[in-house]
Amino acid sequence: MTSLPTSNDGRKLGLVIDLDICVGCHACAVNCKEWNTGGHSAPLTDENPYGADPQGVWFNRVHSFEAGDGDSGRTVHFPRSCLHCDEPACVTVCPTGASYKRESDGIVLVNADTCIGCKLCSWACPYGAREYDYADGVMKKCTMCIDRIENQHLPPEDRLPACVSTCPASARHFGDLGDPNSDVSLLVAERGGYDLMPEMGMQPVNKYLPPRASTRHDLETPASPPEAIPASTDTGSDFLNWVDRMLTR
Amino acid sequence: MNPAYSVIFFTTASGAGYGAIVWLVVLALLGIVPLTPALGASVFVVSLALITAGLLSSTFHLGHPERAWRALSQWRSSWLSREGVAALATYIPILVFAVGSLFFSAHNNIWIWFGLIAAGLCLVTVGCTGMIYASLRAIPRWSTPLVVPLYIAFAMSTGAVLVIAIASIFWATPGILAWFTAVITLAAWMLKIAYWRQIDTAKPVATAESATGLGVIGKVRLLESPHNSENYVMREMGYTIARKHAARLRKIALVVGGIATALALVIAGLLPAPYAIATSFVALICAATGILIERWLFFAEARHAASLYYGASEV
Ligand code: SF4
Ligand code: SF4
Repeated sequence: MTSLPTSNDGRKLGLVIDLDICVGCHACAVNCKEWNTGGHSAPLTDENPYGADPQGVWFNRVHSFEAGDGDSGRTVHFPRSCLHCDEPACVTVCPTGASYKRESDGIVLVNADTCIGCKLCSWACPYGAREYDYADGVMKKCTMCIDRIENQHLPPEDRLPACVSTCPASARHFGDLGDPNSDVSLLVAERGGYDLMPEMGMQPVNKYLPPRASTRHDLETPASPPEAIPASTDTGSDFLNWVDRMLTR
Repeated sequence: MNPAYSVIFFTTASGAGYGAIVWLVVLALLGIVPLTPALGASVFVVSLALITAGLLSSTFHLGHPERAWRALSQWRSSWLSREGVAALATYIPILVFAVGSLFFSAHNNIWIWFGLIAAGLCLVTVGCTGMIYASLRAIPRWSTPLVVPLYIAFAMSTGAVLVIAIASIFWATPGILAWFTAVITLAAWMLKIAYWRQIDTAKPVATAESATGLGVIGKVRLLESPHNSENYVMREMGYTIARKHAARLRKIALVVGGIATALALVIAGLLPAPYAIATSFVALICAATGILIERWLFFAEARHAASLYYGASEV
């Protein structure tokens, strides 16, 4: 049923992405692809993967933006995936009922057995979060790794979305954003987490944490001249260099 | 937005078909055109063929056409589903009206009621098509109050030209009707001009700054795309057309679809019946060309909010 659930117990599972920390390594996107090509919406088909013009389905993509100019300008790495919106137009436009929002936790999913591949949901999503699988003829999107977060075969510490568990910088957090006292909600409150494109009215559940104010000191006039670079002790011979290092220890 | 030919054909062909049926009902009701069996049957057959071909072509772009029946299930929330239900439901009164008015040739009794229901459902179906686009907030140039009236206006104007062309074959076009159709055609294009003016002057709804939330730092530009080849979102939603080309195509559409069509109709109204056939068909060809360009532009000029993540600065 593509009408939105009228009742739920207030649980809203979602991600909090820290743009201050993200280093743009794309590990989340790669691990997402790796897990999900065998997961709930598998496969994430690749076309022409080794050719000149590879194409394929990804749930998570990392963009890099420049914001501002000159000394105050920043480079911000920006992972983007489905935001599991509270008012998801992608769900209500679906003519078949294949797209739905789960009543129990708000996760937005596609039923690959009933999707007709009309692509209207991807038109309705302002965030470009849905990608059509040309080989399968159905729409695919982030599943919030429902096959990990509820998976009793995984040790409890691994019951996280693949992107969250893999992020080497801990820029991604997962939790219940419907509970104002959850760790993620507290983090959002503390850091001023925000919604992307609120003017679209989708009420995204996922939140983004803004980059912190610049703390670059090199922009200030140095108080003292930089330390003199120590004179080179290169003797021109590997053996003598080794002796030198040993003796100066 | 990528202008998909199946959708362009579907919306224009079925629009003209539905419009023609509405006019047929109106003419029958007012008794303006003697609805001879040959003329009536021709209009019904051509209109139903256009509607059916359009509906079929709209299933061609589906990933799973064999599941298309499922699209009838979500009429409570989805305009696409409502359009499907309305399109199928419309067949019933159209067929009853066709059979009744052709074989029982009684225009002023029970059959005309089926005609009125058919006309109403035709308009509802075209309105649903318009609402599919008008309800998409992610595409600000579609999400305007003018889109539904435009779809209905073009369905009515192209449908009227179609009826005139068919009627001309049967020497059944009073001049006044051709002139009236010219007026309707020009009115539809005036509405289109108003729409173009509106989308050209509208303030951007979303920006790269609001899409990323980084506007607090300053102007936002894409530094690196997530990947170096095109993905589905860029292919489907990232289509752009240069302003210059769009402006030229708008002029062509307006001159051919509006002015040339109206002129041909005015001339058709002045000529004696046998000579009106050629000019009526010139009008039909001009109207078809104009509406196809108009519909192509409707897609090509629309910018999707997702393009903000791929280098666009505002939509
Ligand atoms: S981000 Fe897009 S696909 Fe995900 S729930 Fe929101 S509208 Fe739907
Ligand atoms: S592509 Fe599938 S999920 Fe999306 S609107 Fe169409 S039927 Fe629904």
